[in-house]
Amino acid sequence: MKFIKSKDYWRKNLKYLIILLSIWFTVSFGFGIILVDQLNTIQFFGFKLGFWFAQQGSIYVFVILIFVYIYLMNRLDKKFRSSK
Amino acid sequence: MSLQFSIWLIVGLTFALYIGIAIWSRASSTNEFYVAGKGVHPIANGMATAADWMSAASFISMAGIISFLGYDGSVYLMGWTGGYVLLALLLAPYLRKFGKFTVPAFIGDRYYSNTARTVAVFCALIVSFTYIAGQMRGVGVVFSRYLEVDINSGVFIGMGIVLFYAILGGMKGITYTQVAQYCVLIFAFMVPAIFISIEMTNNPIPQLGFGSVGSDGVYLLDKLNGLHQELGFSQYTSGSKSRLDIFFITAALMIGTAGLPHVIVRFFTVKKVSDARKSAGWALLFIAILYTTAPAIAVFARTNLIETVSEKNYNNMPSWFKKWEDTGLLEFNDKNNDQIIQYNGNENINELTIDRDIMVLANPEIAQLPNWVIALLAAGALAAALSTAAGLLLVISSSVSHDLIKRIVKPDISEKGELIAARFSAFFAVLLAGYFGINPPDFVAATVALAFGLAAASFFPAIVLGIFYKRMNKEGAISGMVIGILLMLFYMTKFKFGWFGGGDSSDWWFGISPEGFGTVAMIVNFIVSIAISNLTKEPPKEIIDLVENIRLPNDTDD
Repeated sequence: MKFIKSKDYWRKNLKYLIILLSIWFTVSFGFGIILVDQLNTIQFFGFKLGFWFAQQGSIYVFVILIFVYIYLMNRLDKKFRSSK
Repeated sequence: MSLQFSIWLIVGLTFALYIGIAIWSRASSTNEFYVAGKGVHPIANGMATAADWMSAASFISMAGIISFLGYDGSVYLMGWTGGYVLLALLLAPYLRKFGKFTVPAFIGDRYYSNTARTVAVFCALIVSFTYIAGQMRGVGVVFSRYLEVDINSGVFIGMGIVLFYAILGGMKGITYTQVAQYCVLIFAFMVPAIFISIEMTNNPIPQLGFGSVGSDGVYLLDKLNGLHQELGFSQYTSGSKSRLDIFFITAALMIGTAGLPHVIVRFFTVKKVSDARKSAGWALLFIAILYTTAPAIAVFARTNLIETVSEKNYNNMPSWFKKWEDTGLLEFNDKNNDQIIQYNGNENINELTIDRDIMVLANPEIAQLPNWVIALLAAGALAAALSTAAGLLLVISSSVSHDLIKRIVKPDISEKGELIAARFSAFFAVLLAGYFGINPPDFVAATVALAFGLAAASFFPAIVLGIFYKRMNKEGAISGMVIGILLMLFYMTKFKFGWFGGGDSSDWWFGISPEGFGTVAMIVNFIVSIAISNLTKEPPKEIIDLVENIRLPNDTDD
């Protein structure tokens, strides 16, 4: 197993980082803080939506984001590891 | 079985377990002492990281703080979990690939400079000591509350236990005791939460329970908002801090989390790069169980408390009320002598003072749970405090024995000598931490926030730029770290301790509190680092090769 040292690997990684970190910022700083008053006008079960994002939703999304990154990077690692 | 007996029994059993694990997993090389031989399974490392991370404060105080702050408490929930996303995506895999023992080792090697290494060692020591003093105090407080020994004896017992397994086992011993401690603490936290959730909402999952309807058919949060309005408190789901400050505090806590050396070093202990990513995911999952339950407990406890005490006759209070009154955590001052408890947002009318810690500590009694649950809570609080203290201790001892002694003072020291030095520094660190636990400086509470601000203002930019910006050189990194830390120290000491002319919240720069200022200092660090490094000579070729190498996940045998 040889790892192919290519600039594409790093470029792909950076692309994933930008996408995932934008979601990270949006759910916490966006929905939980900046837009909290607007979202609080929406009722989500027994919660006001903005409050729910700040105390529950953002944390769930954080966990999902890391596992998505693990999946994407494992797939990428495999692609760049050849048997040559 | 009496309550006192169950507490001694359960605490004793868990302590015996920790000591047993320490003997089984003692370290015999520096590799095992510093990074557990780099063979920890990612899930085990995730649990150890979670226990390392969640301190006595997370376990005992956080739900209570949130229950008093309402929406404003979200800064802790988002701040202390969101940092793991940064860790998993920006730091952990690359630092693992780099493959050394400590954070100062990375800074020293990446910036080819012992000055940078020394600056990093001092940052690590300042951050870890401010943290550990609070943990030892926490151990003492738990002992005194549950086991009826005085706080100082509690600190001594805690010191003895930590000393034993940290010195014997190093990182290896600490890792496996932390796995056990995580299991104890999460079980102890969840059992009362689930019972109370069932009692109040008929839903066994607290995370869903606090968004459900109570027995009267009204959504719990709507009811709590109503109660708050009636009693003159600000609305629970809206809070009262400025949005800008909430934003900056959350950012400082997140970035601080990602820059804390005792958290980062946990990712050095796994076998390979992909395991570092995995264990960050598991760590956050294990942490999220507690962090999503805490706001539910906050709402249950707050509603329960207001309904039990507000406008009720003092003489009809349940027995737990009297018991916690004796400990001073509850205080009733009958200002208008009518024997009725007025609990109100207006300081002039309010007659009840409630310590935030009571929300978690008194929960089992308020919900009338059996004695063993109360005993479990004591064991859980101790597990939380001890695991964090041990993790910090290891950072202190490895910074001294590896980064200072081995790399700067005496490079020809043998491995055996270094191991002895590591154990000696751990020993002295425990003594010092114990001293601060017994004689807590007034600023302990204030300096926990300082630790996050410092980590954010110093380490985070230096590490991230070291990985993502090849042009970054030692001049930039050193000036960035020094200016970041000094700016943070200046702002905190000015507004927290009244140095440099002091000032109150109306003097805050841009309205940002000292807790949130770490974000500003970090931005300044980034700007200074990049500017200085572009004005000075670029880093040598072998450093550029090093950076290119840590960006790829291949193992050395690839």
